[in-house]
Parts: sequence; C-alpha cells; structure tokens
Amino acid sequence: MEFQHRHASHCESGVMSSLLSHHGLPISEAMAFGLSSALSFAYLPIIKINGLPLVAYRMPPRHIVKGLQKPLGVKMRFETFSSPQAGEARLNELLAQDKLVGMQTSIFWLPYIPQDLRFHFNAHNVLAFGRDGQSGDYLLSDPVAEHAVTCPPADLARARFAKGIMAPRGLLYYPENKPTTPDWQRILPKAIRKTTRVMLDAPLPIIGARGIRRLANAFDRLDAKKAPAATKLFIGQVVRAQEEIGTGGAGFRFIYASFLQEAAALLGKPQLDELAESLIDIGDEWREFALATARMIRDRDPLEPSALSGKLRKLADREQAFFLDLRRAL
Amino acid sequence: MREDEVPQEGNSTLGGYRKAVYARGDDGRIHLVASAGWEVEEIVTRQAVEDLDRLAEDARQRVLTGQTSPLEYHMHRLRMDVLLLSQLTGLWQWRIRRHLRPDVFAGLKPSLLARYAEVMGIGLEELKKVD
Repeated sequence: MEFQHRHASHCESGVMSSLLSHHGLPISEAMAFGLSSALSFAYLPIIKINGLPLVAYRMPPRHIVKGLQKPLGVKMRFETFSSPQAGEARLNELLAQDKLVGMQTSIFWLPYIPQDLRFHFNAHNVLAFGRDGQSGDYLLSDPVAEHAVTCPPADLARARFAKGIMAPRGLLYYPENKPTTPDWQRILPKAIRKTTRVMLDAPLPIIGARGIRRLANAFDRLDAKKAPAATKLFIGQVVRAQEEIGTGGAGFRFIYASFLQEAAALLGKPQLDELAESLIDIGDEWREFALATARMIRDRDPLEPSALSGKLRKLADREQAFFLDLRRAL
Repeated sequence: MREDEVPQEGNSTLGGYRKAVYARGDDGRIHLVASAGWEVEEIVTRQAVEDLDRLAEDARQRVLTGQTSPLEYHMHRLRMDVLLLSQLTGLWQWRIRRHLRPDVFAGLKPSLLARYAEVMGIGLEELKKVD
C-alpha cells in the first residue's frame, strides 16, 4: 500500500495515526491522542530545562505509542541500539522490507526544521517510509510538517543518537500485528476515565487541576520589579509549552474536544458533544491567557504576574468542574 | 476557537511552514486547519531564541577580550548548556567549566578538543575560534 503523509498538530499522535491507518485501522490524530489518555497538565519544578521548570499539557513522551497497544490489541515492537551504525543498518533493513518505521529523534539535528524551532528536545517522533534511490536521503513523514520531507543519513543518525534527557538511543518502533476492530463501548469510557483520574485525583499536587494552581502560586512568587527578564522567561516558557510545541492550540484542549466529538458519535452519547463545546470554551480561555502573557513579554501591557495567576486559578477551577462533569457523563 | 478565528498572521519562526491546529467549523464539528502562525507563538519563540543568542553574543565578546574560551561561545551558539554538554561528552560539569577558562582551553589535548567538536557537530579549527 502506498504511504500517505498526513499533516497533524502533534508529532506522537500524528505518527500513531499515520502508522495505524497504514496498517488498516484508519484513526484520526485526535482519536490516537484521546484513546491513549494523553491529555494532562503537569508543573514539574524539579525538572529544569535551560534553567526553567518543565510545564507540560500532556503525558510524558512515548505515552501515546505505548498507550494505544492495549485498547487496539496491537503489539508495538521497540528497538534501541548501542551504536549509530547498528541503528542505521537496522533502519535500512526494515525499510527494505517495505516497513513503515517510527523513530524518536532530537529536533535540534533535523535540517528541515526551521532554525528558530530547533532546540535540544529529544522526543520528537517522525516516520521513515523509504529512501531516495539517488541521494540515499531518507524519506520522512514528520507529522508537524505539511508535506513529506527528506533527511540526509548523517543528520538523521545524529538526531537519532542525540544524548541527554530522554535520549532516544536510536529508538525504532513499528506494529508487529494488524490492529483489531476496536470495541469502542469498552475502550472509550476507559480511556476517558483515565484522563479524568489524571486531572482530578493525581496523588501529587503538581499534576492535573492542582498542578495549574501550583503554577499560579509560582507566578505569584515572581519578582517582576527586581527581575523582569527572569519573570518574562518564566511566564514565556509556559506559553511555549502551550502553543509552540505542536499542541493543536490551547495545550491540547482543542484536540481533546475533537476526540470527545468522535467519542460522542461512536458511543451515541450526545452529552459528550456538549462537553466538547465547553472544552472549546476552556481552550479559548487558555488562548486568552497566552495572549495576555505575550503582551506583557513585549511590554504592551505592564508586567504583572499576579494578573496572570488569577487567570490560571480560574482555569484550574473550570478544568476541575469540567473533568468532574466528564466523569459523570460516562 | 472557530475556524475563521484561526490565526494566519505569518509567524516568522515557522520559516514558511504552516502548523496544524484544531478549530470548530460552522457545522459544529472540529477540524484540522493549517495556520500560518499566531503572533503570540512568534513572541514566545523569539523570546527564547533571543535569550540564547544574547548568551552567545555575550560569550563572543568575552572571548575577544580573553575572559572566556571559544568553547563557551560555541556551547551557547548551539543552544547547549554545561549540563547538556556534560551529558553529551561524558565529562564532569566542573571539568567543562574549567575548560571555559582561556588558559586551560589553550592547553587542551587534541583528543579532548575532538570530543567537544564531535558532539557539537563542528570542525576542530572552528571550535578554537569565534566568528
């Protein structure tokens, strides 16, 4: 079967949507995201990236690839390598067998990524679907790019064997069997319930709605008068996690609303359509928070983190109420 | 977000690419829509890039006045920090910090320099100077 590149908002859900569709189970990116219960919120002050705490609107990397195995009855094979040579040889072997291969890479070393977006982030997922006969370049389907791209072998080797946090170690993955026809009535409520648990009942106060409040408290501790530059970097980092890093808008809230619409149709539950509407509303409020933050960074509005933390607390309350409603709707 | 509200503001950091976002169409369904970019994203991305560029430029000036080694300049230019460089090379962080001293850097063995050049993806000669 000829491989079809699809444009997606997020790398991991996009890769899984393409990979499973190619193997005979056409599922959307939103379904791949929702079914693996990938939505979340986490504020991790102990994990520092360039000196700033990690803020994430989704579950950790590989959660989607791994999380889809059980509901869809598909077994993924994961392979890592001790040397770039072995990793490249295995990739060539799989491509020669006409396999479609998922890969974990560092976005910094991928030459087709715009310069401004190349940071040392080690968990960018792309698919390899062949090699150019003349140049030997790999044909890649990077879900966040509009069209398929190519990458020279040396650059790809560097990207696959980058070191540091979440080092990919050349990770390759592909399905070992055909996915089964899903039993939506069983797997959808289960996946949604899991997300409500993450957002409402996480044992740590830095995850879910409580994590949003924690972040609001951290905003209040920023000293905008004495350290305006550090304050701006801190608040800007949150918006980057929410909007820049392929989230489909509003930190994955819109993509999850799309998943809820699909689930409503498959389960015959119109309540989920209504809940999708309120999640779009909440997403719009996240976008307003992002806009207000960006205006402060550019000095169009006075730098007042306390005005932003108020918005965050309101969002925490709204998300808490929303996920309680979602739980009751099942 | 409604489909007609999807920003098409031409975010320069996307380098001409369009990104996919989800928005609600007139039919009430959410669709994937290609966006040429939102100014908000551009502001926060530029902010991060400019901060890294500032570190690199600052290091470059200090290399020229002999206050730091070219290693620090290249580290910032390639958007790395001492922690990442330590993970990449397998050297202790304190050792790398020591190599930021011009006098220490000047006496480094070629094999050690090659180790830095390799993980940074640059040539040995490039590592020893600033542009």
